Amino acid sequence: MARAVTTNRVVISTAAAWLCGFLIFFPILWMVLASFKTELEAFAIPPSFLFFHWTTENYATVQERSDYLLHALNSIIIAGGSTIIAMLIAIPAAWSMAFSPTKRTKDLLLWMLSTKMMPPVGVLVPIYLIYRDLGLLDTRVGLTFILCLGNLPIVVWMLFTYFKEIPKDILEAARMDGATIGRELIYVLTPMAVPGLASTLLLNLILAWNEAFWTLNLSTLQAAPLTVFIASYSSPEGLFWAKLSAASTLAIAPILVLGWFSQRQLVRGLTFGAVK
Amino acid sequence: MGQIALQGVQKSFGPVHIIKGADLDITDGSFVVFVGPSGCGKTTLLRLIAGLEDVTGGAILIDGRNVVDVPPAKRGLSMVFQSYALYPHMSVRGNIAFGLKMAGLPKAEINRKVEAAAATLNLTPYLERKPRELSGGQRQRVAIGRAIVREPKAFLFDEPLSNLDAALRVQMRLEVTRLQKQLATTAIYVTHDQVEAMTMADKIVVLNAGKIEQYGSPLDLYERPNNLFVAGFIGSPKMNFISGEAARQQGAPTIGVRPEHLKVERAGQGGWPGTVSVAEHLGSDTFLYVDAGQLGMLTARYIGELSLSPGDKVSLSPEPARIHRFDESGNAIHA
Ligand SMILES: Nc1ncnc2c1ncn2[C@@H]1O[C@H](COP(=O)(O)OP(=O)(O)OP(=O)(O)O)[C@@H](O)[C@H]1O
Ligand SMILES: [Mg+2]
Repeated sequence: MARAVTTNRVVISTAAAWLCGFLIFFPILWMVLASFKTELEAFAIPPSFLFFHWTTENYATVQERSDYLLHALNSIIIAGGSTIIAMLIAIPAAWSMAFSPTKRTKDLLLWMLSTKMMPPVGVLVPIYLIYRDLGLLDTRVGLTFILCLGNLPIVVWMLFTYFKEIPKDILEAARMDGATIGRELIYVLTPMAVPGLASTLLLNLILAWNEAFWTLNLSTLQAAPLTVFIASYSSPEGLFWAKLSAASTLAIAPILVLGWFSQRQLVRGLTFGAVK
Repeated sequence: MGQIALQGVQKSFGPVHIIKGADLDITDGSFVVFVGPSGCGKTTLLRLIAGLEDVTGGAILIDGRNVVDVPPAKRGLSMVFQSYALYPHMSVRGNIAFGLKMAGLPKAEINRKVEAAAATLNLTPYLERKPRELSGGQRQRVAIGRAIVREPKAFLFDEPLSNLDAALRVQMRLEVTRLQKQLATTAIYVTHDQVEAMTMADKIVVLNAGKIEQYGSPLDLYERPNNLFVAGFIGSPKMNFISGEAARQQGAPTIGVRPEHLKVERAGQGGWPGTVSVAEHLGSDTFLYVDAGQLGMLTARYIGELSLSPGDKVSLSPEPARIHRFDESGNAIHA
C-alpha cells in the first residue's frame, strides 16, 4: 500500500522546498537587484530591498566602458568550442574504455582524474611561458585549448559512467542482428546514450562558461570572455558594486537561459542510473 | 539448412582454458541442449558458435563452411539472450524489425514478416509498445520474435527462460519446442536445468569443466551414461552411487542405481536393509531417503503412495538389469 500523505505534510515540505530554493537563489537575486541600483544605494546600510530608485544606468555604463558583445562572443566561442572538441575526443575514448576495457583502463581513468586533483595554479607559470612562446596568450585558440584539456577528464569520466550503464547484451544483440559498428552507433548506442550525452555536454558548457582561473590569467582583452569582463569591474581603483552586478548579470544571463530550458535534460542525465 | 559442426574447438581467456577441445556434430533441424553445472562453459561455447567470442583453436563449420573468421551477423544465426537484450528505445515492432532493416529489406516485406512473427507469438496487440511496458513473458516472446523473423540457419538460446516464474517457464518451454518443430530450424539451447534439457532436447550435450562428457538423446543419457558425472547429473532425484562390498558383489568398484529402480519392501525381504529417515509424499510419487548403514544414504522413488514414515525399517533391492557399473576412473563399464 502506498503511504498516505497528509495535506499538512505536503504543505510543510512544499514550504521547506521553496525556502531552500529561495536561499540558494538569493545571492543571484541580490546581484540582479543591485545591478539596478545606483552605486550609492548598492552598498547602503541598511540595504533597500525593492524600494529604491530603479535605474538602468549601470547597464549603459558597462556597455559604454567595455564591449559586452565582444566578450560574450568570446565566451560562446571558447566555451562552445572547448565543449565540442572535448566531446569529440571523449566519446570515442569513453566508448572504448567502457566496451573493450583492458587491464590498464582503470589506471588510466584514475590517472586522468588525478590531474584534476592538482591545483591549476601549480602549473600556471610553465603554461604561461609555453603560451607566451607559442604566441597563444590572449587568443581564442589558446583559451579553447586549455579549457578543453581542463574539462576532458571530467567529460571522459561522465561519459564512461553512462556508457557503462548500457548493457553489453544489447550491443551484442545488434551485432547479431547484422548492424555494423556505424549503424550500431547510430541506431542503438546513441539513442540510448542521449540523456547522458546531453547532460555531459551541458555541464561541460557551464563549467567552461564559468571557468575563471585560466581565462583571467591567459587573456587580457582580445580573446577575453565574460569572466574577464566581470573581473574588470573590481579594479584597484575601487569596487563598483552596481556596475559589477550589472556586468555579472549580463555574463550569466545566457547560460542561465540555457540552463532553464535544458533543466529537465540536465536532471535526467545527472540522475541517470540512480533512478532508472 | 542449418548443420553445425565443432572440430576441436578451444577457448582460453588469458591463461585459463575454458573450453578444452569440443567436437560435436549437430544435424539440420535438431534441437540440441547444452547442459552442465554453473561455470562449465555453456555460454562460452554458445558465444563461440555465435561469433561473439573468437576461438583460440579449432574450427566451427556451418553447412560445411568454416566460419571462425566470419563476423556474427554473417553466420546466419540468431540469438536469444538470457537478459532478453531488447532495444529499450524501440517499440516491439522496431525490435523485431531491426534485423530485417539492417539487411535492407523493403518496408512492405518487413512489415509483413514482423506481423506474421507477432501473430505466431501472440504479440499482435503489443506491437506499438515499448519493452518496458511488457511483462517478463512478453519480453521473452519479443526476443524470440526477433530471432525467428530473420529465418536464420539456427537459433541460439542462452537460458532464455531462467528469469520467468515456474508456471510460465513450463508453458514457454512447450511453446519454444513447438515453434522449433514447426519451423524445423536447428536450435542450440543452453540451460543448467536438466529437466528442461530432458524435456526439450532431441540431443543433449553434457558439459563439465569445459569438456563434453557425453552427447546423445535424452534416453541414451538416462539409460547409458558414459561416466559418473553424466550418471549423477541426468535424472532427478540423483542416481545413488554405492561402492565397497555391495558394489564388488556386482563386479565393479562403483555401481549406480536410480531411485526409481530401487524396489522398496518391508524389512526382512532380502536386499539392502535400511531405516527411513525422511519420507516425501507427493501423492503421485513417494520419495524415501533411507539410511542404509554402510551403503550410506539412498534415495528411493515409489510410483504412487506408500504409507511409510521416518523410523520405519525397509529393505531396498535394485532391479538387476538397471544397475550401472563404473570402473576406478569413473567410466561406465558396458556389458
Ligand atoms: N570474458 C571472460 N573472461 C574471463 N573468464 C571468463 C569470461 N567469460 C567467461 N569466463 C569464465 O569461463 C567459465 C565459463 O563461463 P560460462 O559463462 O561459459 O559458464 P556457464 O556454463 O554459462 O555458467 P552459468 O550456468 O553460470 O551461466 C567461467 O569460469 C567464467 O568465469
Ligand atoms: Mg551461462
